[in-house]
Amino acid sequence: MHNLTIDGVSKSFDGISALRDVSFSVDAGQKVALLGHNGAGKTTLMKAILGLQGADSGRIEVLGSAPGSARARASVAYLPENVAFHSALTGREQMRLYLRLRRQPARLADDLLDRVGLGPAAGRRIGTYSKGMRQKVGLAQALIGQPRLLILDEPTSGLDPVARRDFYAILDDLARGGASILLSSHALTEVEARTDRIVILSKGAVVADDTLIGLRAQAGLPTHIQVAARQGAADEVAQRLSAGRRNGVMVELTCTPEDKLARLGEITALGPLVRDLDVVPPSLDDIYEHFSRRAER
Amino acid sequence: MSGILGFADAEFRIALRNRWVAILTVTMALFALVLTLAGSGPTGTLGADQLSVTVASLTGLAVYLVPLIALLVSFDAVAGEVERGTLALTLAYPVTRWGVLMGKFLAHIAILAVALLVGYGVAAATAFGLDPDAARGLEALVRLYWSSLLLGASFIGIGYLASTVARRPATAAGLVIGVWLILIVLYDLGLLAGVVADDGGAFTTRVFPWMLIGNPADAFRLFNLAASDATAAAAGVDGAANSIMPLQALASIAIWPFAAFALAAWRFRRIVP
Repeated sequence: MHNLTIDGVSKSFDGISALRDVSFSVDAGQKVALLGHNGAGKTTLMKAILGLQGADSGRIEVLGSAPGSARARASVAYLPENVAFHSALTGREQMRLYLRLRRQPARLADDLLDRVGLGPAAGRRIGTYSKGMRQKVGLAQALIGQPRLLILDEPTSGLDPVARRDFYAILDDLARGGASILLSSHALTEVEARTDRIVILSKGAVVADDTLIGLRAQAGLPTHIQVAARQGAADEVAQRLSAGRRNGVMVELTCTPEDKLARLGEITALGPLVRDLDVVPPSLDDIYEHFSRRAER
Repeated sequence: MSGILGFADAEFRIALRNRWVAILTVTMALFALVLTLAGSGPTGTLGADQLSVTVASLTGLAVYLVPLIALLVSFDAVAGEVERGTLALTLAYPVTRWGVLMGKFLAHIAILAVALLVGYGVAAATAFGLDPDAARGLEALVRLYWSSLLLGASFIGIGYLASTVARRPATAAGLVIGVWLILIVLYDLGLLAGVVADDGGAFTTRVFPWMLIGNPADAFRLFNLAASDATAAAAGVDGAANSIMPLQALASIAIWPFAAFALAAWRFRRIVP
């Protein structure tokens, strides 16, 4: 069951296309990362999904309804990028407003703020909050009323590492309960471990849509193997593996994913010459760059 | 409905913490006090009670201050949400745009009601202290109160309209000050110049009364002075008050809030967050 279906969606502003024939879907319980440079069309796509800004062509279906319809809005949560709440309200008052908009009891405000770690600041004005704290208010409002689809635009910007970890733990809970999550991010390394699938947008078009493993295979980027040689044996190791020496002890070689096991065999055959080794698969940053570059060509 | 009340609650708290509202409320209370004390002299000769005289003075004061308070609480309503990025968030919730604006409207009328209660209350209390007969003017004061709310509601709607047109709070703030200056100060001067130039012609007899009634601030002043016993006290201040029926003036200030709000709501629908 797709909670979100996007089919051939295009949108242009004053003749400049912001989205070109975008198609993908998000299933119940799935966490999908939407990656792209600034201006790649991430926010435009999110606003189209929310029904805030119609697409020129194509079809979007949100929980079986049209985007922006009463049924869709009742179970879709949104966190806009760089949201700033009114500085004169306290965190609690701001949450009470959003709870009422979802027809939920206003007394749940403190529980939600507690959940994102803002419990002690609930009675303080938002004007006194740090950027990270304001972002947490945004997260707290997105958790109201068990949403079935969450659209999160740069949800972890301004959060410290502990807050990020807590935030992804909350998302895991929601996904286990069957919620679908579409989030955009610049912090590629954290998306890598925390999402089921990755969609890469470049200049408004989907250039990749796969799991991280699938993307690695598609990109065919080389895997790096770093070998730590025994003291003084770096040259010998480099020569026998026909690889480059990086410094006195480290030898670095690259290979295709298919060659990896054979190369590892060669390294282990060196026996006592080798002290340690690290296998570094292409990172999401590498893959992201690969697909963005390929699309630009 | 729960959404409208939610907005009304939040906006009321915001307006309550708005320094401009506090400053203008205190200003109004001080002016009311001064006007009441200053007006305590001539009551004997005019035969009017102290409160009626105060109401006549307050009417002149309210024409300036009520629209100002109304515009200052309302200009940020839409433009502020656009700038903060909360409009997109709000509209992703299951609420209608009409409901968002209506919630704010209720809150802003409520804050105005509180501010006027303080300002007029001070004046009334002082008048009662000075003159035991002040109860005779109570009817005029009550009329001044609810007609001030209608006047304020008109300008709150006009403030929303400015807010949706400007889309940025700073621009909206400039716009409402301009609107205030034109509708409250320059409008009357323009009409006066027209009447003088016309020298009793068709403009003075046909167009002028309707133009006066068309402006909510003038309609408010006419209604209160014409309907009040204090007209005598204010004689000469607004001679036109005698030539226009208070009922037409009342119709104008009763229609304005709805018209201004409807126009703002219509303009709000066109905003893409």
